[in-house]
Amino acid sequence: MSFKRNTLAASIALALAVPLGAQAADSAELAQIREQIKQMKESYEVRIQALEKRLQQAEVIAGNAQAKAEKAEEKIVQSIVAPAPSTSTGTFNPEMSLILSGTYANLSQDPANYRIGGFLPNGGEIGPGRRGFGLGESELVVAANIDPYLRGQFTLAVTPESTVAVEEAFVQSLGLGNGLTVKAGRFYSGVGYLNERHAHTWDFVDAPLAYQAFFGGQFKDDGVQLKWVAPTDLFVELGAEVGRGSNFPASNRAKNGSGSATLFAHLGGDVGVSHSWRAGLSLLRTSPQDRTYTGAGVTNSFSGNSRLEIADLVWKWAPNGNPVNTNFKLQGEYFRRHEDGDLTYDVNTANNTDRYASAQSGWYLQGVYQFMPRWRVGLRRDQLDGGSVDYSSNSAVLGTEAFNPSKNSLMFDYSPSEFSRFRLQFAQDKSRPEVTDNQMFLQYQMSLGAHGAHKY
Amino acid sequence: MNLAKSMKWLSGGLLALFSIPAFAALNILACEPEWGALAQELGGDKVSVYNATNALQDPHRVEAKPSLMARARGADMLVCTGAELEVGWLPILLRQTGNPKVQPGQPGYFEAAHYVRMLEIPTRLDRAEGDVHPGGNPHIQTDPRNITLVADALAKRLAEIDAANADYYRQRHVQFAARWKTAIANWEKLAAPLKGIPIVVQHKGFPYLENWLGLKQVAALEPKPGVEPSSAYLSGLLGQLQRQPAKMVIRAAYNDARASEWLTERAKIPAVDLPFTVGGSERAKDLFGLFDDTVQRLLDALK
Repeated sequence: MSFKRNTLAASIALALAVPLGAQAADSAELAQIREQIKQMKESYEVRIQALEKRLQQAEVIAGNAQAKAEKAEEKIVQSIVAPAPSTSTGTFNPEMSLILSGTYANLSQDPANYRIGGFLPNGGEIGPGRRGFGLGESELVVAANIDPYLRGQFTLAVTPESTVAVEEAFVQSLGLGNGLTVKAGRFYSGVGYLNERHAHTWDFVDAPLAYQAFFGGQFKDDGVQLKWVAPTDLFVELGAEVGRGSNFPASNRAKNGSGSATLFAHLGGDVGVSHSWRAGLSLLRTSPQDRTYTGAGVTNSFSGNSRLEIADLVWKWAPNGNPVNTNFKLQGEYFRRHEDGDLTYDVNTANNTDRYASAQSGWYLQGVYQFMPRWRVGLRRDQLDGGSVDYSSNSAVLGTEAFNPSKNSLMFDYSPSEFSRFRLQFAQDKSRPEVTDNQMFLQYQMSLGAHGAHKY
Repeated sequence: MNLAKSMKWLSGGLLALFSIPAFAALNILACEPEWGALAQELGGDKVSVYNATNALQDPHRVEAKPSLMARARGADMLVCTGAELEVGWLPILLRQTGNPKVQPGQPGYFEAAHYVRMLEIPTRLDRAEGDVHPGGNPHIQTDPRNITLVADALAKRLAEIDAANADYYRQRHVQFAARWKTAIANWEKLAAPLKGIPIVVQHKGFPYLENWLGLKQVAALEPKPGVEPSSAYLSGLLGQLQRQPAKMVIRAAYNDARASEWLTERAKIPAVDLPFTVGGSERAKDLFGLFDDTVQRLLDALK
């Protein structure tokens, strides 16, 4: 160790001694060396400056290149974005959706004897349906914009008995302007609140008694509808329809003119952020000709005028307007009908015609509460008022049954997603004067395919 | 009051009633508050903005309420996210009010999702995957760089629709874009510690925020978008978080707090209630406040 250290010290001393010796040797030579060093220093400085300059230039170029690259990248992003198809349907194929539903019904009374006491039979879809397991109506909906001006929708309903019916088939104007919309074809009338809504969007298994008694289910017709929305912040909608009058309370008739006409007005808005509402008044006028019905084994027929007035109100509550967790919906409609004309008793044999006049009414009120996500409970009260019915001389054979049918329904439903729903419903049905029908239903409703938008 | 006078009053009243939306200002119906705020930034006093939804509402689940029908009737322009976010109610507004200015394809119909690069575009379109959107995840507003892109397009569209005020919109856009650029740089500087942080989300509503800040989503409380978790799924999630811990669980202001609170209790990680859009918190009064607050809340949770 010590030897190594000494050697190192000696060699350092030697190295330092050499230039010292040289300095001493010749001062002229030293001056020359100094001059050389100075020159070298100057030349290096020049070269360094040149290099710095070039570096700066390079940096500017690089910066430009980066900016260019960024712009190019932006362009690429935009070009990736630009050709993406419009998000509505993506292709020219129409939107398709299918509704599947099925029911299990447990009824204490035979549904074959079902009737709404005190009201003329209407041949519609009334009553609780069949006992036991049964398929509900399967609905196939095909819809698309036809061109920039029109949209078409087709709804095919297949009944459990495998009969196929065109439920709706209409074209509708798109963007006609000034708040106007025109619809033509077969469609559910805009009268009332529930009438326009398809069965799979109802909150109960069956339609309210008033709908069954006054429409035989729902009122749809082949015709034309005109609607106008006012340019106000309060929602004001006025509508009118004329149609063939092919369904109850109208009747199919061979005539160039129209067999039914409606007028309706809707108002609506918000109260604060958590409440919204819609109220409406509707009028349906028909002039049925030989509208037949069968009661107690004989076929009778009515010709005259029928006028139906409806008042409806819907009130919805959702905390902060967000219905996902909890919400409440209150819905009610009041119906009043006047019919005046001639009734023919037993068209096949007795054939006795005399005046018939009736003034009858009915209402329902329902509340549906979603108490936690996916779970709802609902209560509905149905009440009909037999009112006054005058059969004139036919009252001897047709009787004057005065009766006020009523019904209470309680339902629970569970929706795993916005496309599926399971429902349990109990009802006490007092539509028949002689018996009370205790009903229990289990139901599923599924929606496949295109994400349909639902009306308020 | 004589008859002539009362007629004058009546007609004046009717005129006032029916001419409310016919003011000179451009009537904009914004489907979500972030686009309402952006339209206001760019349009200033030349526009009148109505927001169809608020920050506490799930924009996918609102209804075509009568009040919205009335607004859609009088709108000169519609500013929406698109990508099927409003598929459950917007088509009804468009069809039932017959307003030609805001029909799809018209200049008055503006879809923000059209101008940004969409994330999470599903490769498999099947409802069994939950609430998937074919166009990609529609919650684009959580990345401020998307706001920049949408602002560029929206300013151009405003100038096109309301040509008389084109210079005004251009000017406001230049000012906004400059302020926004500075703000983004600032947020990115502040949010640097968030890079690579593992997080849990309640609903898959944050891919754009994660992409921007470099947050790493390790799990979601919903097994599939819009699908409620089962208890088996949640216990599996807890197990996963023990092996691969996350720093926080984030949710939007309109999400139900219960699911994330459940996780907070068990996994001992904080739940962060993000404003998600303008109006989603006290501080999120405008777009700048929205991101000020978002970044701040994430940083606070990291402490």
